[in-house]
Amino acid sequence: MAMDRDEIIQQVQEVLIDALGVDDDEVTAKATLMGDLGAESIDFLDIVFRLEKAFEIKIPREELFPAENLMNNPEFVQNGKLTEKGLAELREKMPHTDITAFVDDPDINKLGDLFTVDAIVNYVEGKLNAA
Amino acid sequence: MRWIWIDKFIEFQSGRHAVALKNVTLAEEHLHDHFPGFPVMPECLMIEAMAQTSGILVGEAKDFQEKVILAKIKKAVFFDYVKPGDTIKLDTEIESIAPEAASTSGKITCADKLIAEIDLMFSHIDQNLAGKKFPEENFVFTDDASVFESLLRDVVSCIARTGADSEQK
Repeated sequence: MAMDRDEIIQQVQEVLIDALGVDDDEVTAKATLMGDLGAESIDFLDIVFRLEKAFEIKIPREELFPAENLMNNPEFVQNGKLTEKGLAELREKMPHTDITAFVDDPDINKLGDLFTVDAIVNYVEGKLNAA
Repeated sequence: MRWIWIDKFIEFQSGRHAVALKNVTLAEEHLHDHFPGFPVMPECLMIEAMAQTSGILVGEAKDFQEKVILAKIKKAVFFDYVKPGDTIKLDTEIESIAPEAASTSGKITCADKLIAEIDLMFSHIDQNLAGKKFPEENFVFTDDASVFESLLRDVVSCIARTGADSEQK
């Protein structure tokens, strides 16, 4: 399915407006799902289901939001921060996300800030181009 | 005792679609307070009826091996009142189902009049919440399948009849 980025952004916005009950002007590219848009864990699954439907794609478990597995692995997390190994894993699992700012202070409590509207758009774009 | 808020299923297609009925009666005490002189079924209890119909459909899809809990009311829009003496029809289908959750889309009608549209999301909690442990018992049905079977009594007999019909042919 050929779609340009603007179309993808528009559809992602619609998905988030419906899934999270937010206004369209809140869904900016930099908005974080948890912090800015108030998403909770079940909302992530809701978003995944809605994205699958909207874009006719399959989103494997943990691919779009892989944080949970990371946080439960002591090799990746020490003293509440991601280790070098954890960061490497994060880069590999989330190529659609810009983690440069996070690397300076890889506090796991800030991991949620990585899930931005932009990251979803990047993910979907990658997925559609690969298809 | 488990609180069952629907009376029976009339259609049940495993993993896809189900239709249940609930009869509303003035013997339900809350209707006397909701509201005095104007008894109408509370909307929250319509959501409960839909949650049971959809939750059983979702639970059965994985053979009741998952603990299914209502996680999110995605949509609940109401168009008309339900009054004592009414029979409401709860029609639901599974939109998506994954190892950790399912979403359903449902409509409530009364004599073919649209009463409500209710879309829900269920979580398979053992597959979620970062491996937190939950009690062994299943929230939908435990080993006691008799409740489920009794809710399905008419569907089962309908299936059995269809089977008999095809044998005759």
